[in-house]
Amino acid sequence: MSSKAAPVSSTFNVEEIRAQFPILKELVHGKPLVYFDNAATSQKPRRVIKAESAYYATINANVHRGVHTLSTKATEAQEATRETIRKHINAKHAHEVIFTSGTTASLNLAAFSLGQLLLNKGDEVLISGMEHHSNIVPWQMVCERYGATLRVIPITSSGEWDFSIANSLIADSASCKILAVSHVSNTLGTINPVKQLIAEARKRGIITVVDGAQAIAHLDVDVQDLGCDLYAFSGHKAYGPTGTGVLYGREELLERMPPWQGGGEMIDTVTLEKSTWAKLPFKFEAGTPHIAGIIGLGEAIRWMEDYDKNAMAAHEQLLLEHATKELLAIDGLRIIGTAKEKVGVISFVIEGVHHYDLGTLLDQQGIAVRTGHHCTQPLMDRFGVSGTTRSSFACFNTVEEVDAMAAATRKAVKMLR
Amino acid sequence: MSTSTTLAQTQQELISEFALFSDWQDRYEHLIELGKDLPLIAPENKTDDNLVRGCQSRVWLHAAPQNGLVHFTADSDAMITKGIVALLVRVFNDRTPEEIIGASTEFIDTIGLRAHLSPNRANGLSAMIDQMKRYALAYSAKS
Repeated sequence: MSSKAAPVSSTFNVEEIRAQFPILKELVHGKPLVYFDNAATSQKPRRVIKAESAYYATINANVHRGVHTLSTKATEAQEATRETIRKHINAKHAHEVIFTSGTTASLNLAAFSLGQLLLNKGDEVLISGMEHHSNIVPWQMVCERYGATLRVIPITSSGEWDFSIANSLIADSASCKILAVSHVSNTLGTINPVKQLIAEARKRGIITVVDGAQAIAHLDVDVQDLGCDLYAFSGHKAYGPTGTGVLYGREELLERMPPWQGGGEMIDTVTLEKSTWAKLPFKFEAGTPHIAGIIGLGEAIRWMEDYDKNAMAAHEQLLLEHATKELLAIDGLRIIGTAKEKVGVISFVIEGVHHYDLGTLLDQQGIAVRTGHHCTQPLMDRFGVSGTTRSSFACFNTVEEVDAMAAATRKAVKMLR
Repeated sequence: MSTSTTLAQTQQELISEFALFSDWQDRYEHLIELGKDLPLIAPENKTDDNLVRGCQSRVWLHAAPQNGLVHFTADSDAMITKGIVALLVRVFNDRTPEEIIGASTEFIDTIGLRAHLSPNRANGLSAMIDQMKRYALAYSAKS
C-alpha cells in the first residue's frame, strides 16, 4: 500500500505499453494527443476493447437466467471477473464483490443501505474535507433522512487529513456510526493513511467505507489488510470500460445490509405480498448488469497484473516528480496538494490565469487536462480557489509528454498575461 | 456604439476578421484582444442574478434599455470567455429588441468558433445568446 517508489525495473517499457493503447495515435487539433486526464477516466488497452466486443460478437446473452449455452458462457465470463477482482483486492470470498455501474453507484448503495441499517436520530457520519461529491452527497441525503449529522475531518494546508482531529472526532464521539473516506484524493493526489484511521474506527465499532476510485489503478489494494468494511471503486479509472464498478463488502456486514434497489436477479421468491432476497452478491445486483463491461473489467485487471506493479508505480512517481519540478519553474504557479505521499496527480493554479483559459489553450495544443472544481467544491473553498488545472498520469504517459505540457503551459501563460 | 452598421454587417465584419487567422494561436489572441474592448458591467450589477447559467467560468451580463435600444454590459473572470461575450456584445449591443430577437447566430459557426470550443463552453455560448435574447424579449414586451 505504500507509494514509495522502487527503482524503475527493466521489465517496464513505456513504449511497449503505449503501443497497446489505440487512442494514443489520435491527433487533437492536428497535434499528438497528450492525455493527462486519467483521474477522470483512463484510456483502454486493446485487450480490454477486444474482450468487450468479443462478448457481443460471440456470447451475448443474459446472465444467471438461461439454460442455454450462450447464457452459461456469458455467466462464466462475468463470474470469472468476480474472481479476478476478489484476488486482486484480496477479498476472502468472490461473493463479497458486488458489481455496480461505478464508484458513485457503489457509494450510494453503501450510504442508503447502511443508513437504513444503522442510522438513527442524533447519530453521526464522519467524512473528510477532501471527499469527491460522490462521497459527500449520498451521506448528506441519508443523514437528512434519518436525522443524523455529517461531521468532517479538516484538511491541512498541504492537503492531508488533520489526523489528530480525525482521531478525536472518532474517539470522543459515542454517536459516530460510519466513517466514509477516500483512499486517494482525486483533486490533490494525496494518499490517505486509511489503514490507521480504520483501525481507530474499528476500536469503536464504527463501520468503515473507503472510496477507492483513485487508488485502484495506482496502489496495491488489499481490503483485508486495510481492514475496511466496504471498499468502492470504478472500472473505468483502472483501464476498464465505463459503466462498471465494484463495491466490496465484508460478508458478515453484507448479510445484514438491506438491498438498495429491487428488481430481477436480486430476489429468492416473490409473491405479491412479500419478496425474499437472493443470496450474496445477487441481493445487491438488481437488473441486468453491464455484462460486456464487467468482462472488459476482468481483462483490464488481468492486463495490469501482467506488469510489475512496483515498476508501474515507480514510473508514475517519476512523472509526478518531473512535472512538479517543471511546473514550479513557471512564474506565479502554485501547486495545491503537497502531501508527502501522492499518486501521479498534480493540481495547480497560476496567478492571473484562469484555469478555464489555460485548459482551453492546452487543448488547442493537443493536451488534455481537467479544469474546474473536480467535484470537490468544499476542498476548493478550503484552499480559497474557484478551481484548479489538474494533470493526472497513467502508466502509458511519458516524461516527454510532461515536457510538452510544461512548454504548452508556458506558451498559454504568455498569451494570457 | 455605432448603430450605423447593421447587426448583419457587424456579423460580416467579424467573419472577415476571423478569416484572416489560419492558426489557433492568432485566433485566440484576437479573441483575448476583443475581450479588452468589452463594455464592462458596473460593479453594482455584478450580482449573482446577472450570472449566466451554463458557463464554467463566471460570466455576468447586464442589459438596460436606452432610447428604445438594448444596451449590454458584461464581464467574465476568464479571458477567453470574456472575448466570446465581447464578440456577442459587439453584434447585439445597442440594437432594438426586435433586431436582437430576430437575429440569426450562424456567424458563430462561420467564424469557426464553435468547433474550437469545448462542448461545455459551446453550451455556455448558447446560454449567453439565450440570455441576450431573453433580455430583448423582456424589453420588447414592455415597450
